Amino acid sequence: MPHILVDRLLKTYRISERDPGVMGALRGLVHRRHRTVEALSGVSFALERGELLGFIGPNGAGKSTTIKILAGILRPDGGRVEIDGHDPFQDRERHVARIGVVFGQRTQLWWDLPVGDGFDLLRDIYRVDPQRYRRTRDELVALLNLERVLDQPVRQLSLGQRMRAEIAAALLHEPEILFLDEPTIGLDAPSKLAVRDFVRRANRERGTTVLLTTHDMHDIEALARRVIVIGHGRVLADSPIEALRAQVMAERRLVVDFAQGAALPTQVPGATVHARDGQTLVLDFDPAVTTAPALIARIAAAHPVEDLRLEGLAIEAVIARFYALHGAAEA
Amino acid sequence: MSRGLRAAMRPYIAAFASRFLQMLQYRTAALAGFATQCWWGGIKVMVFAAFYGGTAVAGASSPMSLAQAITYTWLAQGMLVLMPWMGDPEVGQAVRTGAVAYDRLRPVDAYALWFARSAGWIAARLLPRVALMAAFAAVALPLAGLGDWAWQLPASVAAGAAFLLSAGLALLLSTAMVMLLNVAATAALNERGINAVATPVVIVLSGNLLPLALLPDAWQTALRVQPLAGLMDIPARLYFGQLSGWHAAGGLGLQCFWIAVLVALGRLAMGRTMRNLQVQGG
Repeated sequence: MPHILVDRLLKTYRISERDPGVMGALRGLVHRRHRTVEALSGVSFALERGELLGFIGPNGAGKSTTIKILAGILRPDGGRVEIDGHDPFQDRERHVARIGVVFGQRTQLWWDLPVGDGFDLLRDIYRVDPQRYRRTRDELVALLNLERVLDQPVRQLSLGQRMRAEIAAALLHEPEILFLDEPTIGLDAPSKLAVRDFVRRANRERGTTVLLTTHDMHDIEALARRVIVIGHGRVLADSPIEALRAQVMAERRLVVDFAQGAALPTQVPGATVHARDGQTLVLDFDPAVTTAPALIARIAAAHPVEDLRLEGLAIEAVIARFYALHGAAEA
Repeated sequence: MSRGLRAAMRPYIAAFASRFLQMLQYRTAALAGFATQCWWGGIKVMVFAAFYGGTAVAGASSPMSLAQAITYTWLAQGMLVLMPWMGDPEVGQAVRTGAVAYDRLRPVDAYALWFARSAGWIAARLLPRVALMAAFAAVALPLAGLGDWAWQLPASVAAGAAFLLSAGLALLLSTAMVMLLNVAATAALNERGINAVATPVVIVLSGNLLPLALLPDAWQTALRVQPLAGLMDIPARLYFGQLSGWHAAGGLGLQCFWIAVLVALGRLAMGRTMRNLQVQGG
């Protein structure tokens, strides 16, 4: 039995609209206009216990909606969700006791309460055994490097500190499933690395099932074996990250710096010129057609080359291309 | 308390205590509130004195003596934060920022959790202000030789005990009303409009502006049984010993009745609102 089962999920939102300006506002008083937006139109997937799944897609694709439904805070209009064989809406309290959720753009710790007090409050709300709580908390505080912020009110924390505290807060009751909705949004590099490292450990060492949404492809590269790409409320791809990369990332890029004064070739057989800038030429090529060594040998034989760099397409570019391919970019 | 009950109550007690302790941090707000309430209390006391002194008739036929009216004023000023004229600002903020989603993620009764939290919010503002007001009007004024303007002791020990019990019920009643405002703020995704409407209604009908007994005779029955009377009027009548014996029990019972009704209403409204609530944005 899969740990999380999502079957043909449907969700539409009613959005009220009005024309801009004063007249629009006045008209809105008399006649409200609504538009329905399909957030999910048949999303299905299954997740085994202990899996770590990355959920990506453009803004408005339906990622957060899916997480909210799985967390039991938003009812779908159609389709079925099962967590460990149970419907999350049947027994809400039991369901939510077993999951931990972090919404990257919201805060669950009380704003004016010191972090440590916020943790203690969650201990009581989840009715965690005090001894067990102390152990879990100390471990989380050490792993997420929170010793120094325990006495500080949440409002005084930096974004990076706050996010680490939020993640700890979501795990104090040792949930089986962790939903992370954009946990690295707006974080600096060290905080991102700390969060990623921690999520990986929680998944490997505790066997926590993790579902994570992000726009940061490095999160996905660092964490997720399996990736679901969602767009316009549909699953566009559900595959291991390597397969996704191979599918869209066939092209690779060679950057060549030519010696001062040397003439740049206008064309290179087996590659397309992506850009030229001074003495630098950027070439895209398909390794299935021309291998990198062959291409390099060909150029170096004919021209005085100063330096060469071989790049895979940045994963952002891959995903942007994937969205474009499926017409999934946000309107 | 039995172990099972304590375990069941644990989240709510913790929410109450956290909010209570958090609110106690705001000393400046408490002092500013106290100063304002002293000021208004002083003005009202002087208005009463002029009213009672000006017409001998008013003094004679009034349901309340001047000393009682003055004590009533200090009591009402001390208990001002029981007036439910706005929802808990933290609930409003949670609704606006979408953090309310997290409240749906807790394995507890969502209404009870908010109730405990709002009760802590009210209690933490009530107790320091009552203490300061008592220190000022019951201790400092007589010491300064202004005993005529002071806050007098309750009619009897029994009256004092009944008052304390009733004040506790008034706290629960106030919380039940604040919960309705919280739910309304959630449904409207904004709390400001609701707060503006609530203020004038509450301050008059609770008896905080004037003792309800001083309002027109024809309205007395309706005024006495409406829910807002339980916030100020009933505790004050108990304090002065105007309700005793079975009447006292009736007053307390009326408070309990309205608490039960408003809690039931609040739960119903909250359940409905939460089902329809779509947490906005990505």
